[in-house]
Amino acid sequence: MKSYLIKRLIAMIITLWLIITGTFFLMHSVPGSPFNEERTTNEAIQKNLEAYYQLDKPLFVQYVNYLKSLVQFDLGPSIKKSSQTVNDLLGRGFPVSFELGLYTLILAIISGITLGVLAALRHNGIIDYLAMTIAVLGISIPNFVMATLLIQQLAVNIPIFPVATWASPKHMVLPILALATGPMAIIARLTRTSMLEVLTQDYIKTAKAKGLSPVKIVFKHALRNALLPVVTVLGSLAASILTGTFVIEKIFAIPGMGKYFVDSINNRDYPVIMGTTVFYSAILIVMLFLVDLAYGLLDPRIKLHKKEAK
Amino acid sequence: MEKILQVKDLHVSFTTYGGVVQAVRGVSFDLHRGETLAIVGESGCGKSVTSQSIMRLIPEPPGKIKSGQIFLKGMDLIQLKEPELRKIRGANISMIFQDPMTALNPTITIGEQIMEGILQHKNISREQAKKAALEMLHLVGISNPEIRLKQYPHQFSGGMRQRIVIAMALVCQPDVLIADEPTTALDVTIQAQILELFRDIQKKTGVSIILITHDLGVVAQVADRIAVMYAGRIVEIGTRREIFYQPQHPYTKGLLQSVPRLDVEGAELVPIPGTPPDLFSPPKGCAFAARCPYAMEVCEKVYPFETSLSHHHYVNCWLQDVRAKALVSSNH
Amino acid sequence: MELRKQETRNISPEIPDEWFVPINKNKLESESVVRPSLSYWKDSWHRLLKNKLAMAGLFFLIALTLMAIFGPMLSPHSVETQRLTEQNLPPSSKYWFGTDDLGRDVFTRTCYGARISLFVGIMAALIDFVIGVVYGGIAGYKGGRIDNFMMRFVEILYGLPYLLVVILVMVVIGPGLTTIILALSITGWVGMARIVRGQVLQIKNYEFVLASKTFGTKTSRIIRKNLLPNTMGPIIVQMTLTIPSAIFAEAFLSFIGLGIQAPHASWGVMANDGLSTILSGYWWRLFFPTLFISLTMFAFNVLGDGLQDALDPKLRR
Ligand SMILES: Nc1ncnc2c1ncn2[C@@H]1O[C@H](COP(=O)(O)OP(=O)(O)O)[C@@H](O)[C@H]1O
Ligand code: SF4
Ligand SMILES: [Mg+2]
Repeated sequence: MKSYLIKRLIAMIITLWLIITGTFFLMHSVPGSPFNEERTTNEAIQKNLEAYYQLDKPLFVQYVNYLKSLVQFDLGPSIKKSSQTVNDLLGRGFPVSFELGLYTLILAIISGITLGVLAALRHNGIIDYLAMTIAVLGISIPNFVMATLLIQQLAVNIPIFPVATWASPKHMVLPILALATGPMAIIARLTRTSMLEVLTQDYIKTAKAKGLSPVKIVFKHALRNALLPVVTVLGSLAASILTGTFVIEKIFAIPGMGKYFVDSINNRDYPVIMGTTVFYSAILIVMLFLVDLAYGLLDPRIKLHKKEAK
Repeated sequence: MEKILQVKDLHVSFTTYGGVVQAVRGVSFDLHRGETLAIVGESGCGKSVTSQSIMRLIPEPPGKIKSGQIFLKGMDLIQLKEPELRKIRGANISMIFQDPMTALNPTITIGEQIMEGILQHKNISREQAKKAALEMLHLVGISNPEIRLKQYPHQFSGGMRQRIVIAMALVCQPDVLIADEPTTALDVTIQAQILELFRDIQKKTGVSIILITHDLGVVAQVADRIAVMYAGRIVEIGTRREIFYQPQHPYTKGLLQSVPRLDVEGAELVPIPGTPPDLFSPPKGCAFAARCPYAMEVCEKVYPFETSLSHHHYVNCWLQDVRAKALVSSNH
Repeated sequence: MELRKQETRNISPEIPDEWFVPINKNKLESESVVRPSLSYWKDSWHRLLKNKLAMAGLFFLIALTLMAIFGPMLSPHSVETQRLTEQNLPPSSKYWFGTDDLGRDVFTRTCYGARISLFVGIMAALIDFVIGVVYGGIAGYKGGRIDNFMMRFVEILYGLPYLLVVILVMVVIGPGLTTIILALSITGWVGMARIVRGQVLQIKNYEFVLASKTFGTKTSRIIRKNLLPNTMGPIIVQMTLTIPSAIFAEAFLSFIGLGIQAPHASWGVMANDGLSTILSGYWWRLFFPTLFISLTMFAFNVLGDGLQDALDPKLRR
């Protein structure tokens, strides 16, 4: 177990380092690099940048400096906003985005699994067709379209919910719904397929032959095995929710990380783009790790231990 | 002898994409207390469907039990509703499936899987259930049962898993155990051990066994009686001696020639030429006619009557008719 | 027929004696029914035809393609002509889908959007196909350490969040149609490479089978009957499902201002423009582009699902 964790930790650090390096050189390769040119008019910012990156030094030195500061969890200054650092932005934006992402993930998982299981249990029935139509629609309607649709119907036409911002639970309903539809649909389809597959397995027949009730068969024998494939996609779903926050936060004017990220893209605020990317990547890598751990807990065949006691 | 289970004129079909498959077309047999009845036949002849019908585990749809009766201690299982059937499954009749690698749930400990059956049917504590599970593991010959209870299926070999499956099936002390090809997925040496185990547990518990197999070699070791199935019907049934030494049906004879025999030295292996008929539209007469070396015109037109050769030996074949006997003897 | 139930007799008087003659075997064999065996592709096509949703998707896509090609010709208005006297007009017989804040015809712009979406989707799928086949083919064919190394690289790319990478690349190389396709292709091909590699490994196994036991079956026949169906199926499905994700990516990028730039018309750009009018009641400016994005993705998704069901022989019911 311990050696496995250490191995994983090292692999995670290497991946993150690759991403950091890739991002750094990508950003510094922008034609007429904003890091070196006096494109910024604000003198204070220019000073900040020079101090931070030592822009007169060779690129490699700048890179090493950047790494050094990253190790101290310092993501650098912003080009566009004087006296603002990327850390400041993240400190403000992250809690909001985290809330949005977390609720979305929870909603998507619960509703997706429920829908998928119901569809599988009523295979080829009305519920199945209904659930799968909802799922294909959910996959086909982009989240930003969903968001505008929800605003138009439930905030403008019938003003039940507020149009924008993140002030109260009521404000959160529409953005979470808009963001959760896609992942929910993916989970529902996957759960259904995997549940149908599991239900044809011999061990389900064996469980029936024991005289167990359908409820017991579904919850004790089928569900856990059916959810294994679902767990494996949670990592990539988290990634798609994360990119989804970019547009959702923009549409609903939610002061989260995604909004700052999109703003920074539109202003070409490279240090912010870079810092946010690194931060996002770190979160995703940790997510993937947690998913792996969860998988190991759910499936006894996966051994996190070095060797199985015989 | 007490008849523990009676199957009468069972018809089962499946509605599929390509049409209606008449998988079982009038199967009847009795199972006596404490005996082993083997059902033998080529793959696809309806053995599994027959056994799953007894458990009432035919998936409906696409399957449907069209007609027939299945009596267990005087109750007709065909008439029972799901909740009543659940009380019988596992408690009165148990079933073992072909592949021990897939018959156990990979994410649940084997202890739990053995115990859940008895907890479902008997009003006992977990402690008592655990004791019963330990006894069962001991009975099927698994050492260190205390430790083994807490392990997962992947930690066992194929043969061991089949033992666990057997323990699972026997934990409620059922009257009838149906084993559908229990040794097909195993190595030859393990096969022999498992068959030995069947004999052993039958001696110890008195359970009646229906042993389903496509391999007559398996049957020779353990069966008291043998039913030979072809294209959804039983074509010959008799004691092991009768089937092995006085087979009457050409299909039974063909099967015997196609298995390696230890008792007849230098016997040549002759596979039966041809393939079984399509069960979408089975022939009107004898289904074996297309492959039968003795086929007569009558065979195609009318399904042969059942002929009784002894108290327990029955066969459905036109060769039993005196006119056919005359024909055969005049030809040779 | 309750014949079985009868008392056993060794003679059955109701059966005439003349039926007890040996059968003419030749007659029997010639009678044995030969089931019509459709070829794999025909069979798949029949199954696809039966899938109503997939067929609806296919029809929509054909209609959309026609609209993308001929729509702008049908419409008397051009994409970029601005008529400041005719701003934000609702749909009418003159402007089928209404006009936008610069007085441009929304129908014509939607048709141009279709061109861009279909172009991006198909180009991305083609590029993925080419890179995927070359990369996956080499990895699968060479095998061993080369395969190991190449696939490790694919794993890393696979783990990166697709859109985040695309966004970064777009930031660096700047917005535009070509750059979108380029950015999408940078990580988009990994899925295809994995599939192709898997199929190549299968083919290698077939070769092995062929070499070890030749049953007199012609190689070309085996390739046609077994190999191509088995290997092409997953590739076709993957391509069909790549298209909607590329279309989504383009719309997404354009929507956040990284993709196609105004005044060019793309559904994402139009949706972004329309978003600001959500409160002013010019619903058509948001409705049409988003409707078309959703319908197009829906059509590709159901078609892809339908193809998957139709092409996978294991799913035959
Ligand atoms: N679920 C099912 N759907 C359609 N046909 C089935 C199904 N189960 C069994 N059959 C058909 O019933 C016939 C008998 O099958 P089975 O009892 O499994 O044969 P076996 O004697 O090998 O156990 C076969 O022709 C098979 O195609
Ligand atoms: S009934 Fe006729 S065809 Fe059938 S087994 Fe007997 S002889 Fe052969
Ligand atoms: Mg079977």
